[in-house]
Amino acid sequence: MFTVSGIKLSGLAVSVPKQKVSNNDYPFATIKEKELFIKTTGIENRRIAPEGLTASDLCFEAAEKLLHETQCVKSEIGVLLFITQTPDWIIPPTAIRLQHRLGLPKACIALDINLGCSGYVYGLSVMSSLLKTTGAKKGLLLVGDVSSSVVSEKDKSTSPIFSDAGSATLMDVSDSVIHFSLHNDGEGYNAIIIPDGGLKNKISPASLWSEKISEGIERNKTHLIMNGVDVFNFSLREVAPDAKQLLAYCGKDTKDVDYFVFHQANLLMNEAIRKKLAIAPEKVPYSLKDFGNTSSASIPTTLVTQLREQLTNEKLSLLLSGFGVGLSWGTAILETDKIACLPLIEI
Amino acid sequence: MQLEDFIKIFEAELADIVPGTILPETPYKQLDAWNSMQALILIAMVDAEYGVTLTAENLHDCVTVSDLFSVVQNKKTILNS
Repeated sequence: MFTVSGIKLSGLAVSVPKQKVSNNDYPFATIKEKELFIKTTGIENRRIAPEGLTASDLCFEAAEKLLHETQCVKSEIGVLLFITQTPDWIIPPTAIRLQHRLGLPKACIALDINLGCSGYVYGLSVMSSLLKTTGAKKGLLLVGDVSSSVVSEKDKSTSPIFSDAGSATLMDVSDSVIHFSLHNDGEGYNAIIIPDGGLKNKISPASLWSEKISEGIERNKTHLIMNGVDVFNFSLREVAPDAKQLLAYCGKDTKDVDYFVFHQANLLMNEAIRKKLAIAPEKVPYSLKDFGNTSSASIPTTLVTQLREQLTNEKLSLLLSGFGVGLSWGTAILETDKIACLPLIEI
Repeated sequence: MQLEDFIKIFEAELADIVPGTILPETPYKQLDAWNSMQALILIAMVDAEYGVTLTAENLHDCVTVSDLFSVVQNKKTILNS
């Protein structure tokens, strides 16, 4: 656990594809399965990017509007991070392309980070640390995924869960502090995995052969596989204790926090975590119903869609918690003070 | 912890099950209502009620509701020892 002082979160924007799909219309599950799925996961509707719209496009739109609204001087942005598991290319890094598209200076550090559900918390940490060490005035944290492009539509264990979103977060030097707790466990590397396409299993014609795993689960080896039980148990085991430990580290209690914003995994899991922490339901906002699990973008998506008014008008104490693929998990505790929080952008 | 209580909670968490129809010897994975989502619901229930974790291996190895109860009971005993 550690604290980064002198950095604050000053602006936030999220963009999602216009296209909505309802899990009630999902064609590869029975009506009863769909009813149980929606009731248990809390995910009724999702946003799906059309072919060609990437995570970097969603983040770009969010960033452009955020920079415009905050009248940010682009030359002051010294760090650009793009956190995603769905980059535009394997080579080159998408962040460097985004640096050019956004018109940021060539002296702006730009790098990709490959993380999913824990990515927003890790991004806040890396950005805070880089701003401190480089002396840059501002940093732009872009976090998002188009997960719909890497799941098989015929896989009822993944397709109805994931939704697409991109976010932009502006961070400034200030007198605030942010507390972090970051963890990983590579033993669970294959709990969420796309088997083929990297160098361990290069893509081949066999990678694209569709295989029926069981009723309602059909995919090839370029699609995302999730071991639901392992991920569920990992989250039950690690998330609540990590939040408790970070609260204790910075001398706070759950009552000192205005809102606990968790990665939007699914309602069953998130409610189990909320109950372990004995937090009142009104302190735990959800965006699951209409935006599903937006992977790395789920925390900013929840902030923008559920807490925009409070973020804009009030001083808030927030606990943010991301957990998932890696396995990786992280918690951050920070204060925000009337930040520029834009309305949800639809493109 | 009693097997009867475990069965009552198990029934309450399963969709479309008439109370009283689940027996200790019921092979739960053969129930029409059983699926991967119900497995997660069961794990959450056991975690909340008994404070122990059912693994994928446990669910694979257990055949009857009674088997599941024994696993939960053993884990609870280890936890409390």
